[in-house]
Amino acid sequence: MNAPVIRIEDLATRFGEVWIHNGLNLEVARGELVSLVGGSGSGKTTLLRQVIGLLLPNRGSIELFGEPLFGGGVARERALRQRFGVLFQHGALFSAFNVFDNIAFPLRELKRYDDDAIHDLVMLKLSMVELLPRHGNLMPSELSGGMVKRVALARALALEPELLLLDEPTAGLDPDRSDSFVRLIRMLSEELGLTVMLVTHDLDTLAALSTRVAVLAEQRILAYGSTDEIMRIDHPFIRNFFLSERSVRALQHSGFAPLPH
Amino acid sequence: MSLARIELTEQQGGRLIRLAGRWTLATTSLRATELAAEMDVAANGDGTWDCTSIEALDSAGAMLLWRGWGRTFPPVLLIRPEHRRVFERIDHADHEPRAKPPPLSPLHGVMVIGSASIGVLRHLLDFVALIGQFGLNVVHVFRFPAELPRREISANLFKSGVRAMPVTALVGFLIGVVLSYLSALQLKQFGADIFIVNIIGLGIVRELGPVLVAILVAGRSGSAMTAQLGVMRVTEEIDALATMGVPRGLRLIFPKVVALTIAMPLLVLWATSIALIGGMVSAQMQLDISYGFFFQTLPRVVPAANLWIGLAKGAVFGMFVALVACHFGLRVRPNTESLSSNTTASVVSAITVVIILDAIFAIATRGIGLPN
Repeated sequence: MNAPVIRIEDLATRFGEVWIHNGLNLEVARGELVSLVGGSGSGKTTLLRQVIGLLLPNRGSIELFGEPLFGGGVARERALRQRFGVLFQHGALFSAFNVFDNIAFPLRELKRYDDDAIHDLVMLKLSMVELLPRHGNLMPSELSGGMVKRVALARALALEPELLLLDEPTAGLDPDRSDSFVRLIRMLSEELGLTVMLVTHDLDTLAALSTRVAVLAEQRILAYGSTDEIMRIDHPFIRNFFLSERSVRALQHSGFAPLPH
Repeated sequence: MSLARIELTEQQGGRLIRLAGRWTLATTSLRATELAAEMDVAANGDGTWDCTSIEALDSAGAMLLWRGWGRTFPPVLLIRPEHRRVFERIDHADHEPRAKPPPLSPLHGVMVIGSASIGVLRHLLDFVALIGQFGLNVVHVFRFPAELPRREISANLFKSGVRAMPVTALVGFLIGVVLSYLSALQLKQFGADIFIVNIIGLGIVRELGPVLVAILVAGRSGSAMTAQLGVMRVTEEIDALATMGVPRGLRLIFPKVVALTIAMPLLVLWATSIALIGGMVSAQMQLDISYGFFFQTLPRVVPAANLWIGLAKGAVFGMFVALVACHFGLRVRPNTESLSSNTTASVVSAITVVIILDAIFAIATRGIGLPN
């Protein structure tokens, strides 16, 4: 039980002639909320997609809960995939299903619950993400951006995952919605004891959510630690990312006081 | 991993029901029915519920207990605070206002018929508007020839014309062979062998050629046009064009309609020729009718007017296939279901429209080009 939730060892990825990652190592312990930051094109989303098994790295190994992602038969791979939930950047809701059926889908796929039980569980998930039962009848095209994210979160939580992976959870939301969504993720991850890994550009989100920050630069994890520790590191990217005028304002707002530079 | 367990013990002062193990989705879902049955037995009668030995609890496991308890907390319950919160969340969800289905109106039947009729009417109106828009675009291009979308027309000509040549040739050839073969069997019985040229010539040039090509093009290019416009709507590309001041009618619909109106007669000519060759080959093999005789007889028994009718049909069919495809493409709403249903509707409607137009042509040209 004490294996790290995510263990990435000596990972390397190449797109054509360009090495995106080379010798990347990362371990995420149970209960951590890790933010993955990095410049555009540094391979954050690629890394996330490798962790959830959508992309294969060119070299290296990725283990979730101490088990490799691939191999060992369909049943084992499937069981492992039920232990994590993913919130895609644009929600990736099934546009042909309404909200209720979107959340019910993974539960129905289990083929172990009857309709009544599924109904109860879906209503519970809706209430957890602060949506009302009547929202269940809406189609994804009728939802606002914030609601799409909430429904997608409810669907990601449907199978009671231990690990939640978020790709840009607050991208495309206005500051108010983004704040309340961050609060929701934080509350749920505390209550459900989730381990969370998120990719983000947004310093407010990063400061409010993460217990640790992983900086992806120079094809590897350049630094991994608490926000305070990261900000003390003298590196052009980090200085740029955390100590620009805009960032300082955002961080002070959330209670961090970066060192004067 | 320890499984979810329910342990019943009788003590003085009542029953003690001890819940232990892991009550999570992974451990309970496989035995959901058995556990629910056990819960029913345990919940039957008073007792003290001891949940303190539960190792792990998630909302799926909690929901199982909650349903066993009859959706309320049992009177005597020992529970850890963090587990209590899980149940409180379910309790909270239970008290959300239920979604009420809208009441069924007594005039429901009338409304269904009415809204279906309005839907059909709206389709027709939109289609007429699309034709009108196309007409305006034609006038516009005549007034400002510089705005003719040449590149788009040429790209569409290539895509729906040149690329369709192999498949139309194959189908045309086989239809020619089949028609000739079947006719030959009948004609042999009456000794009317030489009439094979009339049958094949008239049938293919006037009727089968244009209709077959139109059906192939509706399935091939019509569906592609609907899907392309549909996806452009879903991804807001059409809106982006509109904000740049590029009229969608002129840039997206006009080139498709013009290209197909030009490409279809050419395809008809191509497919008809190949079908005639197929028929000729088959007639030679079945009835010993020489190629030379076939070539000589054909222009005599099939007046040139038939070819013009066939080509005119091709142009009209092409125009309507493209218009129908664009009509349905613009109706796609941003979801996958709508995309697939509109693409299907586009192909089915295009083929139906082609058949209807063909019937109109048959009536309108009944005195032209037929040998008396």
